[in-house]
Amino acid sequence: MKKHFLYKILLVFTISILFFSCQKEDANPKEKFEFKTPSNFPEPIYDLKENPVTLEGFELGKKLFYTGMLSRDGTVSCGSCHAQTSGFTQHGHDLSHGIDDKLTLRNSLPIQNLAWSKNFFWDGGVFHLDLFAIAPIEADNEMGETLPNVLQKLRDTEGLQSPKTDYPLLFEKTFGTKEITTDRFLKALSQFQLMCISANSRYDKHVRNESTNEEKLTTQELKGLELFEQNCSNCHSTILFTDQSYRNNGLKIGNPNDTGRHRITQNDEDKFKFKVPSLRNVEVTRPYMHDGRFRNLEAVLDHYTDGIQDSETLDESLKSKLKIELNQEEKEAIIAFLKTLTDEEFLSNPILSEF
Amino acid sequence: MNTKFNFSKIAFLAFFIAFSTALSSCKKDSDTDPEIDPNKKGMVEIKFDNIAGQDDFALNTNYTNAAGETFKVDMLQYYISNIVLKSESGSEYVVPQEESYFLIKEHDAATQLIQLSDIPEGNYNEVTFTVGVDSLRNTMSPAERTGVLDIGVEGAGKEMYWSWNSGYIFFKMEGSSPQITPTTNNPNGKFYYHIGGFGGYDAPTFNNIRTITLSLGRDAAKAREEAMPSIHIVMDILKVLEGTTKISLKEYPVVMGNPFSLKVSENYMKAFEYHHVHNEGH
Repeated sequence: MKKHFLYKILLVFTISILFFSCQKEDANPKEKFEFKTPSNFPEPIYDLKENPVTLEGFELGKKLFYTGMLSRDGTVSCGSCHAQTSGFTQHGHDLSHGIDDKLTLRNSLPIQNLAWSKNFFWDGGVFHLDLFAIAPIEADNEMGETLPNVLQKLRDTEGLQSPKTDYPLLFEKTFGTKEITTDRFLKALSQFQLMCISANSRYDKHVRNESTNEEKLTTQELKGLELFEQNCSNCHSTILFTDQSYRNNGLKIGNPNDTGRHRITQNDEDKFKFKVPSLRNVEVTRPYMHDGRFRNLEAVLDHYTDGIQDSETLDESLKSKLKIELNQEEKEAIIAFLKTLTDEEFLSNPILSEF
Repeated sequence: MNTKFNFSKIAFLAFFIAFSTALSSCKKDSDTDPEIDPNKKGMVEIKFDNIAGQDDFALNTNYTNAAGETFKVDMLQYYISNIVLKSESGSEYVVPQEESYFLIKEHDAATQLIQLSDIPEGNYNEVTFTVGVDSLRNTMSPAERTGVLDIGVEGAGKEMYWSWNSGYIFFKMEGSSPQITPTTNNPNGKFYYHIGGFGGYDAPTFNNIRTITLSLGRDAAKAREEAMPSIHIVMDILKVLEGTTKISLKEYPVVMGNPFSLKVSENYMKAFEYHHVHNEGH
């Protein structure tokens, strides 16, 4: 009798284990899709409570990012100048090309880790990610369109069958109704861009003690890191590799009309100052500087050792010597270190790619 | 002992409040105007009428500025925001910020009439408003930029926003003058006055936010539940070019995001004047 009872208990126990383990699998078919702050990153600047990232919103944002409908004649998408494999920059162009093959003023900046960005563009003229996309859409040498037209074109896709996209339907899936407003359009675009997070380079794994034997930094790379910290991290600081300030790094004046930060503030002290760019994925975002004048990292370091021009607004850190002192071997070590900031997972992440 | 003390304190406080309420209500408009019931709400209309000196202003019509130049205007529009009405008794009614943005367009008469509702009954004899958009709203996300501030809507924020140097254009005036020397970039001798600049987001820059207070003098807009007074304000286009600084269109055909715009906004502060009020409808 007693034995029988024990069996019964055992049976119930076994069944419940099976049941719960099955249930657990069902309840978590995959990881929840959401914005996550990498453990070695600070809190984001973007207010995600105002625009929580959802799978639907992200997918809509991705469609918008890769469609030519944002441009006047359908030929230019955001992805045209921001290609994933080049760290979301336009590969091989010093100045980015827009609609009608017009040249823009500057080299396109990468789209990565924008949730931590205080300002946007080389001159910081826009201070909210949601307000960022209007500028390229409406610039006559980028997409040459107007925001009201874009919204109307999207509304007019209602009822279109696959392979065409019914945008009002996608807006309904994301926001609850088919209405396409300025706010919803910009929020969806932001959701895609917010998820372009690069935090899995070999350097990140080094910082988080996650490196496998193959991923471990070499002696040369570690020496490069040390030299970087001594010579470069004053400006390219923090885990984002930028202090997000605007500085004149002593470039010879190229286009005299592009006065950088001064175009925004009209303050003479800001003449020819540009944003300190992040160095994440710097290996693949060539050419370098706001006007893409340097083809490779060697040329960038040669500028800092031999090319700095003095001027009224030259950065204080470069004023005294007009150079950073590095020999050839040290330059090579720094470049080796910079290449550990390449995040292969990010650059080939299928959820971010057009096709 | 303690409770008694508290009780007397409360009683004194209550008496004081009652007394001061009575006193202040004595000073209220109801003293002069017994029909005012501050618990009742009415409406107030404000009309913005653009003029050119002694004449009514019209688009595409020749005028002469203080610099002696002939000019025509083909586009004129500006934001009015953050309206405050002050009554004879000194009480202020601040229009809720969400409802306090208007875009006055010369080519669209309907936009020149601002109707404010939920105004407590009173005799209002002072009006304060901003020409432009306050700095806080300039920094908000698109969700907080609706109505005339929507940057994705034609005829609203679309034409009144700088996308690459994020901020609203407060006052926009475009036209032409035969005195402006034609160039390859400007073959028709046009002038463009786009005045904006809210002071900068994280670095101080020029600030063209101008707040104007106009007294109605001995007049008052008598807001009542059953009557909507209409305050008429004129904006003199000639003063935009001469209010404080005499501006030559030939010398300054383009004034946009640069510090000279401060001279223009300083000028147009003097261009707005109280004209008259209709209390019996119009």
